[in-house]
Formats: sequence, C-alpha cells, structure tokens
Amino acid sequence: MSPLILLAIVLALTVAGYVMGRQRAVGSVDDVRKLHSLPNFYGMNVAMLAFVPAVLLLAIWVIVQPLVVAGQVRGDIPDTLYETRGELSLVMSDVQRVASGLDTAIAQGVLAPGDIEGLDATTVRDTLGGVGVALGSDVSEEVLAAALDYRATSNTGDWVRTVVVLVVAVAGFLYAYLGTSGTLRARNRVETGILILLITAALIAILTTLGIVLSLLFNTIEFFGLYPADEFFFGTTWSPSFGGGSQLGILPLLWGTLYISLIALAVAVPIGLFAAIYLSEYASSKVRSIAKPMLEVLAGIPTIVYGLFALLTVGPLLVGIFGDGGILGVGWMQGGTAVMTAGLVMGIMLIPFVSSLSDDIINAVPQAMRDGSYGLGATQSETIRQVVMPAALPGIVGAILLAASRAIGETMIVVLGAGAAARLSLNPFDAMTTVTAKIVSQLTGDADFASPEALVAFSLGMTLFVVTLALNVLALYIVRKYREQYE
Amino acid sequence: MMKDNVENKVGVDAMNVKFSARDVQVYYGDNHAIKDVNVDILDKTVTAFIGPSGCGKSTFLRSLNRMNDTIPICRVEGDILLDGEDINAPQVDPVQLRAKVGMVFQKPNPFPKSIYDNIAYGPRIHGLARNKAELDEIVEKSLRRGAIWDEVKDRLDAPGTGLSGGQQQRLCIARAVATEPEVLLMDEPCSALDPIATAQVEELIDELKASYSVVIVTHSMQQAARVSQKTAFFHLGNLVEYDDTTTIFTNPRDTRTESYITGRIG
Ligand SMILES: Nc1ncnc2c1ncn2[C@@H]1O[C@H](COP(=O)(O)OP(=O)(O)O)[C@@H](O)[C@H]1O
Ligand SMILES: [Mg+2]
Repeated sequence: MSPLILLAIVLALTVAGYVMGRQRAVGSVDDVRKLHSLPNFYGMNVAMLAFVPAVLLLAIWVIVQPLVVAGQVRGDIPDTLYETRGELSLVMSDVQRVASGLDTAIAQGVLAPGDIEGLDATTVRDTLGGVGVALGSDVSEEVLAAALDYRATSNTGDWVRTVVVLVVAVAGFLYAYLGTSGTLRARNRVETGILILLITAALIAILTTLGIVLSLLFNTIEFFGLYPADEFFFGTTWSPSFGGGSQLGILPLLWGTLYISLIALAVAVPIGLFAAIYLSEYASSKVRSIAKPMLEVLAGIPTIVYGLFALLTVGPLLVGIFGDGGILGVGWMQGGTAVMTAGLVMGIMLIPFVSSLSDDIINAVPQAMRDGSYGLGATQSETIRQVVMPAALPGIVGAILLAASRAIGETMIVVLGAGAAARLSLNPFDAMTTVTAKIVSQLTGDADFASPEALVAFSLGMTLFVVTLALNVLALYIVRKYREQYE
Repeated sequence: MMKDNVENKVGVDAMNVKFSARDVQVYYGDNHAIKDVNVDILDKTVTAFIGPSGCGKSTFLRSLNRMNDTIPICRVEGDILLDGEDINAPQVDPVQLRAKVGMVFQKPNPFPKSIYDNIAYGPRIHGLARNKAELDEIVEKSLRRGAIWDEVKDRLDAPGTGLSGGQQQRLCIARAVATEPEVLLMDEPCSALDPIATAQVEELIDELKASYSVVIVTHSMQQAARVSQKTAFFHLGNLVEYDDTTTIFTNPRDTRTESYITGRIG
C-alpha cells in the first residue's frame, strides 16, 4: 500500500476519532457543563492520538526503510564487481534503478508480477527501455539478482509498514476513545500535544542546521585529507588548476571579502543610521509614510540587479574618475570591476537593511526617555546623541553586525562587480574576489567532487560559516554586556 | 500698624508670583483640552493640581515649560508669564526655559546611563560646572537634595535603571534639581511608588519648597492636603477653583470641588 493511501486511511481514522470522541464525551454526562473540558477537546484528544504517533512512525519508516534495504542488498553484491566505495555506490544506484524500473514495468502491465523471478538478465535493458526507463549499460546477473532482492525486501517492508502503522493508529484511537469520559482532562492533554508539536518544530530547525554543518564538516575533513590545512589557511596564493598542482590559499579570498565588506559597511552604516534617525526623530509623519516604503523597495531589489548596476553603471563611472585618462587623471583603476565598485554597490544594498532595522530600534526607545531629556532643557540633537542613541545602541550594533554578515555572504554583486582575480592588494581600485564568489566558481562546471579543487569549496563554506557565526556570537555578547549594564 | 502689615503682605504676594497664566487655552487638534485658565502660581510654595482623569492637569502643567511643543498637534493660546515674561514669546528658547522649569514625570524615567551621568546630564549640557570637581560637587549636592545620596554614594557608576522604583523617582527628582531650576513641575510623581517611597518623596517636596516653586499633579487628595499650600481643582478643562489648600479641603466654594473631594465625582 502506498504511503499516501496509508496516510489517507489514518486521516479518515483521525476525523472519525474527532467526531466519536466528542460524542462519547458528550454522551457520558447529562449536562455538557459537567465535562472537565469543552467537548471539542475530547474530539481533538482522540484525533491527536490516532494521527500523530501513526504519522510520525510512517514518516520515519519512509525515510529509514530505503537505507536499511540498501544496506542489506549491498551485502549481496559480489566484490568482484567493484573495487572502490565509489564504484559500489554506482552499482547500487544501478540496482535501485533496475528495481524501480521493474516496478514501472509491472505497473504498466508490460510484465506480470509472476514473470519477475524468471527474468533473463540480457533482456532486462530492452524491457525497461520499452517502458521509458533507460539504462546506461546491460544488466548483469548479479545486478538483476540484487535488484530482485531489493524489490522483494522493499515489498516486505512496505507490508510490514502498512500493518504496523495501521495498528499504531488504531491503538492510539482506541486508547484515547475508550479513555474518554467526562472526567478526562482532555484540555490538558491537548495542551501537552501542542507543546510536543512546538518542540518538534524547534528540533527540526535545529537538527537541519546541525545536518548542514555536519555535511560541510565531513567534506572539509575530506578536503584536508587531500590538501594540507596550513597551506589552505596561510597560503597567500589562490590558483586552482584541475590538472593538479593547485595552490589553494584562502588568505587572498578572505582579504577580498573583508575589504569589500568594510567598504560596504562604511557606506551603509552612516547613511543608513542617519536616515533612520532622520526618519524616526525629525521627519513629519507625511514624509515618513512616503520615505519608509521607498527605502523598503530598495531592500526588495534582487542582488543580481545590484550586480548589473555595479557592472554597467558604477564600474564605468568609477573608471571615468579614477581610471587612466579619467577626470582625476590618477590612473589608479584599470577596469570597471574593482573592490570599490562592489563595495559601493553592496553598501547601497545594505542601506535599507541598516536603516529599517535601526529605525525600528530607535522607535522602540520609550518616549519617556526623550521627555526626560527635553524636560532638562536638552535640544533634540543632544537628546538623540546622549539619550536615544545609547539606549538604542545594543540593537544598532546588532543591526550592523547582521549587515556585516550579509555583506560577507553576498555573492552576485561580487561576481559582477569585483572581478574574479584572487589578489592580496591594498588598492581598492584593483579587482579582487571573495570567498563566496570562489565557492561558486569551484563548483560550477564539470567539477570532479573528489578532487581537492572542488572539495575546497566546502572548507571555504565552513570558514565563512565560522566567521559569520563568530560575528553573531560577538554581536550577542556585546548586546548582552550592554544590557546587563543598563537594564 | 495693622494696615502696614496687610500692605506688606500684598506686596510680598505680588513679588512672590512665579507663574501667571492668563486666558490660557490648549488644543489637541480640535480637542479643546484647557479652557480659559487664569492662575497665579507662587514662589517657594507647593501648588497641587487635582481633578478627575482627563481634565487637563498634565496638559496645563506641560504648557508651563512648553513640553507641549514636542507634541505636533498641540496648540497653546493665551499668556503664560514667568517672572513677568511671556514664555511663549518668539525670543524665548524653549530649551532654555526647560532648564529653568524642571520636570519630573509620572513614571520614573532614568536614562540608560550610570547614576552619576544621570545627574550630571543637565549640568553638562548647560555647562554649569567648570571642572570635574565642581561637577562631582553638583552631583553630590543634587543627590543629597533628592534624599538618595546615602543609598547610592557607593555605586555612582551603577546604572540608574538598576535602582528600585522609588529610588529611580528620587534619582529623577535629583536630576531635575541638578540643573538649578526655579520651578519644579511634578506630574503624579508618586503614582508608581509604594507608600514608603511616597513618604520619602513627599518629605523631599516639603524640603524643596524652601528654594523652589513646586507644582505637583496628584490623584491623592491626602497627598495634596499633606504637601501643598495652594490647590487648584480642574474639571473638564476648566480651572474650577484655586485657593489655599486648607480652604479647598474644608470650605470649597464650588459644588463641583466639594463633590470631587468628597468622592462623588472622579
Ligand atoms: N498627546 C495628546 N494628544 C492628544 N490628546 C491628548 C494628548 N494628551 C492629552 N490629550 C487629551 O487632553 C485631555 C486632557 O488630558 P490630560 O492633560 O492628560 O489629563 P489629566 O492629566 O488631567 O488626566 C484629554 O481629553 C486627553 O485625551
Ligand atoms: Mg495626567
């Protein structure tokens, strides 16, 4: 039975449980007011116990069964067929493909279920091709045998799954239904149920994050098996070549990331903060009602559009000023793509981010604080500088660090605005590149995922992750220290 | 001899007038919140504003130091004279005025700064101290006047927001006193305080009247009777009655005043 049908059955049982549980509770007393909880809670209680354990079990089973079956079938495959782990997983994917192809063939009526056992390995490829499942090579006896084993085990698993899930659903239903009486604290049960639901959601969020980190981590470890860590962290040259002999030093990339982010923040923080102060403290409500949405539109522009802006407008403009034969005649800038180009545009991108966060934070400073300052004869700007800003500072520092995280993680503007040359240079008009841009270029194209040149992307990602994490921890620390001091 | 005395008394009274309000109207948009208020507030005297919620006590109080300027929709008409000078005249800087007419608010609102910096805030802005020693002196004096010196003298660097509610309010009073104002406006300064803190603040008000004109808005009739010499009763934006506190509480002329102080309206 397919998981969907099974789910439908459980759902039907759930609905029935709701109706019946409610009825049983109402019927158990002569006056509904004597029930411990409102009738709906009794219905929900039965529905919950019928649905949640069964569906949870189903979900876990659907995920785990293929892994278990694959593990078991892997043992069937003679080691003459493969030498490395990579080859084994190729064979396994053939097996799975044949197995699912056979399912399709049966579903389309090309093969009868009984034919399966007597199938000849040599004809399998044609048969499956006939139903639209294309195989890369002829199927060997061993693979066919393994595929058959795979199917059989999966089928058995499916049956057991159907039975177990239904038993759990019915058991939950019966347990709750038979336990329903006027004195049952159904309301509290439902409350617990909701709590468990919320905890589960939180757990899923945390576990996925953990999963992402772990996958980064394993690949990073694999990379360091192929490439020395000290050369990665302290190498000053970045020149990957897929032919071998790459130099994969992260320093030029980190420097590019840092330099561009710094310029971006130097643009975004003052402008964004001052805009926020103007909007929240000085602007009339009319100006505010127009200016705020406009700033927010700026925040909604996709970064690729900013990238185009950098490439087509800001870059040439800067070359016209700082380039050879430019207005200043200094000749600092060779081409349109430069740290400055990307930094400026990224700064523009971050302005609405900084300003709208700061605006909210400044507005959250209680009016009583301002009144107190005005009442002592302070002017508006004195009040803002000495009372409002200090009160808002932890939030603003947080906003700035968040903006920094975004700047560090930004990719498109860098790819289009800063160029692709990894370089350690102090000249802001040189082309440089960042960690994120290099992650993209290492993984696009025909990368061999076992080579250090591709795996380095994961350690770059991991480094970036650690840097942003440290930044966020720092933000939290500052905010907390400040709060302790002033709350 | 007798005549002399009377004349003398009138003369002192006239010199004694700190604030004199003539036909004051306050509007919030179309809402006419203060109507035709005429009142003389005396120096070195505690004046209590009483009246039911929403009758305009805070509004009138805030027009005495032009705090209403910070509310865009608020409009004040009529003359308010401080020492004979119109505070709403164009040449008067509201910021300077507020340094002279200090204010304490209903909810204690210490700044998110240290106790020391809270008190030093006003003196620093107005340049009252020439050096650190003088500033230290002002801070200590103000904290003493706020009757909180002994409680905080060992932790002047601790945040003002970390004090208890009653301490915070006394800190705010000390902060207002630090700028050497001539008038102190207090808008229900004890409404967020427990009885002990209230008693401390009342004691403080009593001491402050030796050097300041104090105006206090209060909802507590007992408090008005305890701390004030003059009482003004507001009702629906009108100043119904203004007299010696003892007269208001023992022998009110207006029936509305009587109803209010006996608890029939409010
Ligand atoms: N900031 C304001 N904006 C608009 N109306 C206000 C504002 N403050 C007070 N009012 C109005 O003015 C009137 C008097 O209020 P208020 O002076 O606060 O009364 P009280 O302090 O005596 O309780 C009320 O009708 C109130 O709604
Ligand atoms: Mg009030």
